[in-house]
Amino acid sequence: MTEAPERFVPVPTPETATYWAKAAEGELWLPRCDSCRTVVFYPRPACPRCHGDQLTWFRASGRGTVESFVINHVPAPGFEAPYAIALILLEEGIRLTSNLLGVEPVPDAIKLGMPVEVEFEQRGGVALPQFRVVSDGLTAAGAPS
Amino acid sequence: MSAAGASAPVVIAGAAESPQLGKVPGQSAMMLATSSARLALGQTGLSWADVDGLASTLPTAELASYLGIRPGWLDGTVVGGCSYMLHVRHAAAAIRSGAASVVVVAHGESGRSRVGMAPRAADPSSMAGQFELPYGAAATFSRFTLPALAYLHKYGRSADDLAEVPAAQSEWVEGNPRASRNKRLTIQEILDSRIIAWPFRLLECCPLTDGGGALVVMSAERAADCELAYRPVTVLGGGESCEGPGASFLADPTSFAGFREASARAFEESGLRHRDIDHLMIYDAYAHVPLYGLEDLGFVGRGEAIDFIRSGATRPGGSLPMNTNGGGLLYTHTGMYGMFAIQEAVRQLRGDAFAQVAGVRTSFVQGIGGMFGAAGALVLGAG
Repeated sequence: MTEAPERFVPVPTPETATYWAKAAEGELWLPRCDSCRTVVFYPRPACPRCHGDQLTWFRASGRGTVESFVINHVPAPGFEAPYAIALILLEEGIRLTSNLLGVEPVPDAIKLGMPVEVEFEQRGGVALPQFRVVSDGLTAAGAPS
Repeated sequence: MSAAGASAPVVIAGAAESPQLGKVPGQSAMMLATSSARLALGQTGLSWADVDGLASTLPTAELASYLGIRPGWLDGTVVGGCSYMLHVRHAAAAIRSGAASVVVVAHGESGRSRVGMAPRAADPSSMAGQFELPYGAAATFSRFTLPALAYLHKYGRSADDLAEVPAAQSEWVEGNPRASRNKRLTIQEILDSRIIAWPFRLLECCPLTDGGGALVVMSAERAADCELAYRPVTVLGGGESCEGPGASFLADPTSFAGFREASARAFEESGLRHRDIDHLMIYDAYAHVPLYGLEDLGFVGRGEAIDFIRSGATRPGGSLPMNTNGGGLLYTHTGMYGMFAIQEAVRQLRGDAFAQVAGVRTSFVQGIGGMFGAAGALVLGAG
């Protein structure tokens, strides 16, 4: 994927620094609560479930499924409409927003529950997690990203 | 000033919207709030010297100066479009405790013309800025809408079913000259409107407008001494809650904890049950929000909201008239719509609405703030 500097660039904060540092290495990492084992997202200093403040980062599978999506028909900076914005349910049970790569941005091509896998888009000095539809013969093979 | 007492009835004694609504490029946000507040106060027979409390989503110190008052009680709660439900609830508590006696709650927003408004700026270090906005989800129509398909899928509904919401609400707003969209809409007309963020079409997304609205809140005892232009509306209960920084952070993308908890608190405080409610307002920036609302508030079971609306229950003549001003989707949506939902509930309880429902004695008003962020509910009663 080519760099598109006009796209919105996130600015990491201390509580999210590990997420973005690991993304720069091409890996998806998440914090998990040592006490109740809840995977915490978005990253923050204490567990929102049990309020324990000992969290340990681990490397996530990078695999998930499409739980919901919209196909935006109004251009946003750096994005050519139409494009899909999806809610990805990770195997670890938390959700990330992502674009959908490897599938045409039309309603019939995108199925809820279809498997996706993480990759990283280089953007303005940040590596951004993005999810690509796992080709399994049911999806639009060779569709542009 | 004396405390009204912990269980003293509190009323909305004045309520008015700005004279102009929709496209008002000649007025700033402050002017829209001020014109509304002057009209609302005028309905109570009181003067600005009597006002000792001010709540607004505008900077309260500036607004007080603008109005020429120095109130001893300020509430600048800003949790999005439901802020005014919280303001009314806070005002009621302040009046009961003696912290204030006459509170003006004011909204003014130049959402369309952007006159006297801070520039829109997205914070790239906020959680939404780090985890939602980078994906081209820069506008409410591509963020607030994100969970809707999960809801439709869970209950075996089609994307086209969203059209039931504006279709039903259009029956209330047909011919209302103050509404942005005042035509009766067929399902087909809605489905034929252009796609904004599929599954959402243009007529399933709110317009962006300019407007204002204000309320004057006081004890029933104080109101009894005023020369009121309309009969007062009683604040029977309220509730507030919150869940997270954006739609993608919902614990369950098919339900909103803010709706569930704020409404439960409001019901409990009012002592009323669902069957006691004559009229319902559910904040509808986008067509899926009233579906979540009907279910999360407990007016229908899970997955039943679309069939309920399709049955005619929420339309004129139905058992639960809902969004009788046409809602944010059709009437007006300045950005923080909640004030207009309260205004319509007050009009129905006064018997003064454009599409008046006969015999409304109770109204439940449910607001949402941010994108599935905060929630505020009010239960209002006639007299």
